[in-house]
Amino acid sequence: MDDKKLAIIATKGSLDWAYPPFILASTAAALGYETQIFFTFYGLQLLKKKLSLEVTPLGNPGMPMPMGMDKWFPVLGLTLPGMQGMMTTMMKKKMKAKGVASVEELRELCQEAEVKLIACQMTVDLFDMDQTQFVDGIEYAGAAAFFEFAGESDICLYI
Amino acid sequence: MAEFDQELDASGLNCPLPILRAKKTLTGMEAGQVLHVVATDPGSVKDFDAFAKQTGNELMESKEEGGKFHFLIRKA
Repeated sequence: MDDKKLAIIATKGSLDWAYPPFILASTAAALGYETQIFFTFYGLQLLKKKLSLEVTPLGNPGMPMPMGMDKWFPVLGLTLPGMQGMMTTMMKKKMKAKGVASVEELRELCQEAEVKLIACQMTVDLFDMDQTQFVDGIEYAGAAAFFEFAGESDICLYI
Repeated sequence: MAEFDQELDASGLNCPLPILRAKKTLTGMEAGQVLHVVATDPGSVKDFDAFAKQTGNELMESKEEGGKFHFLIRKA
């Protein structure tokens, strides 16, 4: 189809950072781009078979909170046990209510659309992870190998 | 509304699901066939415009009716 290439480097592993790489990649693939995502460091969390991604406003002052909480709720309160889990649940509920796909669904759509998902071998070794923890159909490579594709890409994003 | 061969109801789905589902459905159709997509995501108007331009599938019609957006796409 088209010759345009999109390369994405995904380095974050929280729920809010999981969406941009998968949405951009799946959309690009739908538009005819050849797309590859290189998951490194915490980005590897996005490739786990069982996703347990969380999100917290702690350290994320830009994150909107319900009931105007971002204006009056003390930051220290966010460190209380259970807060992170609650925020994550609320975020997921909101996404579902608004018809936003889950990360699992988006990841599946990416693989269906033949987006290449590549895990950084170095990071896998660094954090003592092993291949059985990750979904099937992914490749393992290093930065140099990814540069072969990234160097030719029309768009290269660092997320 | 003109004739169509298949219908895809993407109501309640938000970006990028409408075009992703459309792409999937179109893959299973023959060249020249027309897909009717119904969506509620206002962003889908621009999305389908871009989708048609970039993939070469013709966007025959794009309109709003009864609070929903209707698109007719002919597979190239």
